[in-house]
Amino acid sequence: MFAARLPKRLPLHRARVPARSISATACRKSDALFVHRDTPYNNPKIPFAFNEENMKRAQEIISHYPPQYKKAAVIPLLDLGQRQNKGWTSISVMNYVAKLLEMPPMRVYEVATFYTMFNREPIGEHFVQVCTTTPCMLRGSYEILDTVCSHLGGLHPGDTTKDGKFTVIEVECQGACSNAPMMVVGDDFYEDLTPETTKKVIDAFAKGEKPKPGPQSGRHTSENSAGLTTLTSKPYGPGEFCTPEFS
Amino acid sequence: MFRSSSSATQVARPFRAKLRRTFATVQDPPVRHYGGLKDQDRIFTNAFCRHDHGLKGAMSRGDWHRTKDIILKGDSWIIQTIKDSGLRGRGGAGFPSGLKWSFMNKPGWEKDPRPRYLVVNADEGEPGTCKDREIMRGDPHKLVEGCLVAGRAMNASAAYIYIRGEFYQEASHVQQAITEAYKAGLLGKDACGSGYSFDVYLHRGAGAYICGEETALIESLEGKQGKPRLKPPFPADVGLFGCPTTVANVETVAVAPTICRRGGPWFASFGRKRNEGTKLFCISGHVNNPCVVEEEMSIPLKDLIEKHCGGVRGGWDNLLGIIPGGSSVPVIPPKVCAEVLMDYDSLKDAQTGLGTGAVIVMDKSTDIVKAIARFAHFYKHESCGQCTPCREGTTWMMNMMDRFVEGRGHHREIDMLLELTKQIEGRTICALGDAAAWPIQGLMRHFRPEVESRITKFRMEHGPVLFGGRLKSQTDPTLALPDNLGANLPEPEAALSPPPP
Repeated sequence: MFAARLPKRLPLHRARVPARSISATACRKSDALFVHRDTPYNNPKIPFAFNEENMKRAQEIISHYPPQYKKAAVIPLLDLGQRQNKGWTSISVMNYVAKLLEMPPMRVYEVATFYTMFNREPIGEHFVQVCTTTPCMLRGSYEILDTVCSHLGGLHPGDTTKDGKFTVIEVECQGACSNAPMMVVGDDFYEDLTPETTKKVIDAFAKGEKPKPGPQSGRHTSENSAGLTTLTSKPYGPGEFCTPEFS
Repeated sequence: MFRSSSSATQVARPFRAKLRRTFATVQDPPVRHYGGLKDQDRIFTNAFCRHDHGLKGAMSRGDWHRTKDIILKGDSWIIQTIKDSGLRGRGGAGFPSGLKWSFMNKPGWEKDPRPRYLVVNADEGEPGTCKDREIMRGDPHKLVEGCLVAGRAMNASAAYIYIRGEFYQEASHVQQAITEAYKAGLLGKDACGSGYSFDVYLHRGAGAYICGEETALIESLEGKQGKPRLKPPFPADVGLFGCPTTVANVETVAVAPTICRRGGPWFASFGRKRNEGTKLFCISGHVNNPCVVEEEMSIPLKDLIEKHCGGVRGGWDNLLGIIPGGSSVPVIPPKVCAEVLMDYDSLKDAQTGLGTGAVIVMDKSTDIVKAIARFAHFYKHESCGQCTPCREGTTWMMNMMDRFVEGRGHHREIDMLLELTKQIEGRTICALGDAAAWPIQGLMRHFRPEVESRITKFRMEHGPVLFGGRLKSQTDPTLALPDNLGANLPEPEAALSPPPP
């Protein structure tokens, strides 16, 4: 898949140009723009504030850190703000968090651009992240990605469906490699996917249901799918096999 | 002299005749086979979430059993027990844990008024690794209890568990465990009734692999970009919020209470010397039944795969290579895989590493160059951008690897790429640069002919290729072509011979 990016960079038809013209490097598209540009849906004038419930949570989170290091709470609070703001972190969310934590807004922008879980553009209702790092790739994750994209009407990774229900992106390792291939929808992991089960999961979300997270192949978690090879007996109880002191 | 021997020797004579020894013989030490850990010696008894992960279930499995007595034993007893057990850090580097924890208790530490922190690294992001996840969702109480025990050993006042943001379910299980422990009086002002005050907080990250590096994790926990700090000062002197801090992996912390209860010698009885203990291995890729399993250290890699994963897909002969410790370690070919033991020293001798114990198996259907190129993409994505060699180098490596996937390159570029990896390795603040370089070095060490044959094939089809991937046929013939682009180099012999079928 990524090998397909190659030809784009190759200079084409160079030989046909009779004389050299002044050239400029093409604008390099990163996976997300790091600069904020005011848009009608994302500008500092749009108000944002935590609702009462989130405010309580925010206070609880801030209390975990020493009072002079309130800014340590910036990542959890941005996450809270993102959840309240339909899954994306607008400039208003960042400004609000900066004010709440009494830190310069730029420090919050730095954090929000550094971490990949903060979406700085609106996303669909269901955020589908397909892992394609090598362990998943070995088990056919590009097939899963293609299935998701084609099943949602020919999307490209990074796109949102027209009805705003799904956003699909390709992500790096999500830490469920023994259950590869996998995708994340919202907060939940859907593991051991095949193209068929992937379609089923996507269809269920499209219908407004929530399929059961976890492996879709019928296994429970990450045990051997052909039957347990370990932990077959009843777990030992308190004090068993301990030194005499602790038995 | 013999003749005048006492009667005792005469009595012994008949026996002597039987056991006549002609030469000095050395008895062979019994050959010990590692692996085959029994369920009773497994620490993570709920790794597959088949039982209750809450406090009640955890207590029935022996967690929080007489933790008060462990706490009351004091810091030096805990550290000595951990030292006796031979536990080495399970996060990849393999530093002896007892020693690391003891750095917190320097002479005169009592006079330091600063608070002291234990930070648990649950930012499990290494491709292939999924062991901490099973601990946190199945046995969260082992982790929380481990925080208390390890925290007591280093006289810490609080522990922060930094969990990666993607682990939502795992974070809620750990949070539930923390809340239950507070309610039951196991944490807080008077933890377990021992008089020791200890707090545990959960902190969710937001998706950055680099935050698994200890100083980057501290930066991230302080609410900044996760960019590693220069050491020294080491975190044990100046760490989180400027206070003494120790960062430890989830597995290292979570095994501590069980080691304390069952004794250091018990833990040390598993595995080879200097590689003692049990370990969670996570096997992914082309095996019949990928799984996470707790096994004895030093288990032969082949046994691990055959016994717990149903073998390599298509049989052992179908094996192409194995990455034995997560994306950061070099790949090893089948011949080495058949012999190597899963421990720090054996894998180091095989020019790779145990890393996190994440075994990525690749069978012959794998495009190995593409698999390693995908790692190059991963590292390019995850480089924090602080050190130039890593920031620029990962991009270069990615571009070159992408070209090698289809063979668009020059044979000399393989050595250029290797030189590039050597220029990154060891020249960055943290180990991400090294980690990005090693898989490529491993690929070229064992699979160079594969890369070369691709280059040859591509050149047969498309004609000469310049350094950087441009075809000679696409250059402008009216312009002079600098020699350093490799356009006019004589074709290597390999390229002239027909490509292998």
